[in-house]
Amino acid sequence: MDVFLNLPVLVQVALKGLAVICVMFPIAGACSMAERKVSAWIQSRPGPNRTILPVFRWVPVVGPFLQKLGAFQLAADGLKFLFKEEIVPGQVNRLYFILAPVIAMIPALSTVTFVPFGASIDHAGRVFPLMLANVDVGLLAVFAVASLGIYSIILAGWASNSKYPFLGAMRASAQLVSYELSLTLSVLPVFLWINAPGTAGTMSLAKAVEFQSQAGFWGGAWFIITMPVSALVFIIALFAETNRQPFDMPESESDLVGGFHTEYGAFKWALFFVAEYSNMIVGSGVFVLLFLGGWNPIPWVSLATLAGWLGIAGHPVLVGAISILIFIGKILAMLFFFMWVRWTVPRFRYDQVMEIGWKKLLPLAIANLVVYAIGIALIQK
Amino acid sequence: MNPMSSPAAFDSEKMSLSMGPSHPSTHGVLRLQMELDGEIVTKADPIVGHLHRGDEKIAENMTYNQFVPYTDRLDYIAPLANNMAYVIAVEKLCKLEMPPRCQAIRVLTAELARVSSHLLGIGALAIDVGAWSVFLYTFTEREKLYRLFEELTGARFTTSYTRVGGLMRDVPGGWIERVGAFCDQFPPILDESLDLLTRNKIFTDRTQGIGVISREDAIAYGLTGPNLRASGVPLDLRKDKPYSGYETYEFDIPVGTVGDSYDRYLIRAEEIRQSIRIIRQIISNFPGGAWYAEDARRIFAPRKDKILTSMEELIQNFMLVTEGPQVPAGEVYFEAENPKGALGFFIVSKGGGVPWRLKIRAPSFCNLSILPKVCVGAMVSDVVAILGSLDFVMGECDR
Repeated sequence: MDVFLNLPVLVQVALKGLAVICVMFPIAGACSMAERKVSAWIQSRPGPNRTILPVFRWVPVVGPFLQKLGAFQLAADGLKFLFKEEIVPGQVNRLYFILAPVIAMIPALSTVTFVPFGASIDHAGRVFPLMLANVDVGLLAVFAVASLGIYSIILAGWASNSKYPFLGAMRASAQLVSYELSLTLSVLPVFLWINAPGTAGTMSLAKAVEFQSQAGFWGGAWFIITMPVSALVFIIALFAETNRQPFDMPESESDLVGGFHTEYGAFKWALFFVAEYSNMIVGSGVFVLLFLGGWNPIPWVSLATLAGWLGIAGHPVLVGAISILIFIGKILAMLFFFMWVRWTVPRFRYDQVMEIGWKKLLPLAIANLVVYAIGIALIQK
Repeated sequence: MNPMSSPAAFDSEKMSLSMGPSHPSTHGVLRLQMELDGEIVTKADPIVGHLHRGDEKIAENMTYNQFVPYTDRLDYIAPLANNMAYVIAVEKLCKLEMPPRCQAIRVLTAELARVSSHLLGIGALAIDVGAWSVFLYTFTEREKLYRLFEELTGARFTTSYTRVGGLMRDVPGGWIERVGAFCDQFPPILDESLDLLTRNKIFTDRTQGIGVISREDAIAYGLTGPNLRASGVPLDLRKDKPYSGYETYEFDIPVGTVGDSYDRYLIRAEEIRQSIRIIRQIISNFPGGAWYAEDARRIFAPRKDKILTSMEELIQNFMLVTEGPQVPAGEVYFEAENPKGALGFFIVSKGGGVPWRLKIRAPSFCNLSILPKVCVGAMVSDVVAILGSLDFVMGECDR
C-alpha cells in the first residue's frame, strides 16, 4: 500500500484507470456470456458449448467443463470484435459516428471509481471502505457522470444519419431523462435518514453501508426492509436507465432493428455493449450498497461481526477479500435478476414507458419522499 | 385522443420509413412503406411480391403430382395442410372419393400442421412484443412435430406427402402411437408457455385494443382463418363445407369478440387445443383398409412390388409417370381451412395430366390487404404487434 502511495500522482491515476479497464472489460464480456447461458437455461437449451482452444482439448476434466461453460466463446467473441473490419457507412458523420462509442465508455468506466467495492478493518478496529476515488458527494457523482451516457446514444443515433437509429435515439433521450428524476428522488429518503440534522451532510455510498451495519434492530436492518418503496422505484428506474428489457426502447430489436446501434459493427459496437453492461454493473453496485447492505453478509449481521466470528478481525487483507467477495456475490445476484427479467417479460411500448415514468413512478417517488421526510422528521425530533 | 399526437398548429414534417423487406419483424420479405408523424403511423402500404416465383405458371408446365412439392412452398409453416388442399381440389375434378383411412390420415396430418403453424404464429407474436422465451418453448414443441413429420414423410419441412388419389405412403408402424404420446405430453407444456403471455400485463398492454379489425372490415377485406374468427365471424370451412371427413369429428370454433391482436392470439391458442381434440378422436378410432383410391387406376400409381412383377401394373405406372394422372376436362374451385385461412385452388383442365390453368387463393395475401387500414394511427411498435398477430407467410402471399 505504501509503495503505491509513494508513486507520483499521475502514475497512480494511470494505474487506477488501467485497473478499471482491466476489470470492467472482462467482467462485461463475462456478463455477455452469462447472459447467453442464463437465457439458454431459462429457455431450456444448452447455449454456447462448442468453442474450445486446441490446447485444452487434451486437458481431461477442466477442458470439457470450460467448453460446456462457453468460456472460450467469450474469448472468441472478444477477438472477433477486435479483428472484424471496421465499417463506417457512407452516409454517416464520420467524426461523431466514431466519437459516440468512445463517449459511451467515459461514464461507464468513470462511475466505477466512485463505487466502494469492499471494506476492511484497520488495526484500530475501524471499518474503512475500499474504493478508487473517495469523494464525499459519492452517489451524486455517480448519477451526474452516468447521466452523461445519454449523449453517446443521441450522438450515435444522429451521426448514423439513418432512420432506425434516429428513432432509437429519440426514444432513448426521452426515456433516460424521464427516469433519471425517479431514480434520484427514490434514493433521497436514504440520505435523509443517514444525515441527522446538525451534522455534516454526506452523499457517500460508504456511509450508507456503514449505516446498515450498526447494532440493534433498526441499525442492522437493510434499507430494502425499511424503505421498500424506494428500493422498488430505484430498481424499476434502473432497468429503464440501463435500457434493459422491458424498457429497452432505444434498441427494441423487433421494431427498430438495432435502435441507435443499427449502423455500428465490430469494436465500435462492442464498446456500446461493454458500456451497457458496465452501467448495469455499476447500477447493481449502487443498489446493493444502498438497499442490500453493501458488503454485510446478511441483515443484522455486519462485516465486523462476521470477522469476529471467523476470528480474522486482525487481518485487514482477509477481511477485505471476504467483503469484496460478498459484494461481488450480491452484484452477480442482481445481474442474474436483470437477465431473468429480460428473458421472461415482453417489452413495453414507447408511450407506455413514458406513461409509467411520468404518471406512475414519479408520483410514487415523490409521495414516498414526502412520507419518509415527515416520518424521519418526527422520529429524529 | 392519442397522447402522442401534436396539436394542429405544430403540424410536423412527415417521415417516410421503409420497414422490410429485410427487417426482423416482417417475417420474410414483406415491405411496409410507412409514413410517420413522430412515432405515429399515418400511412402504411404493404409492398408484396419479393418472393414471387410464379407458382401458378409453373403448375401449367408439369403434371398434377409434380406440383405437390410446390404446394409445400406456399405456406411453408404448414406444408402438410397445403398438400392436402391441393390434391382434394384435383380429386374433386376427377370425382374421386377417398377411402376413410386416407381421409383420416390427411386430416390427422393437416391438424398436426395446424398445431405447428399456430405454435409458430404465437411464438412469433411473442418475439415481436419482446418475449423471446415463449418462442423457444413453442419451437421445442414444433421440433417434436417435425420429428413426427420426418418419420412419416422423410422430410421435416417440405413434406410433399399427398398424391392425387392417395398418399405418398401409409403411416409407418407405431407412428400413430407416437402422435398419441405427443398429444398427451403437449397440452400441459402449451398451457405453461401460454401462461407467460395470456395474463401478462405487459403483453395485454401491447396487444389489447391494437390492430382492431371490425366484423364488417374483416368480411369486406376477405379475411379468413383465425384473423376472421377473431373479429367475431364464425366461419370455418371445416364446419361449414366439410371435406375429407371433418363432419365426423367433434370440435368447436373459437370466435373472438374485439378483433384485436390479443383476440387473434387467443383464437390461435384455442385452435391448437381443438386440433389436439380432433387428433385424439382420429387416433382413438383410426380406420383400417386402403390408404389410396384403389379403383383409380389411371390416377394413382400401383404398388411398387406389383410394378416389378406384373406387366399390367408396369404399363400403368409408365403411363402415369410420363403423362401424369388422367384428369377429365372441367373446372373446379376448392377451398380448405388452412392454418392461415382459406387456401383455395382453382383448376381448369382440358383433360390429360397437366392443368391448363391453376389459380391459388392465398389467405395471407388477402389477410395482408387490411394492413393499410389497421396500421394507421398505430405506433411503430404496434405495427410489429399487428404484423405478428396477422400471422402471414410470404411464400404463400407472393406465390
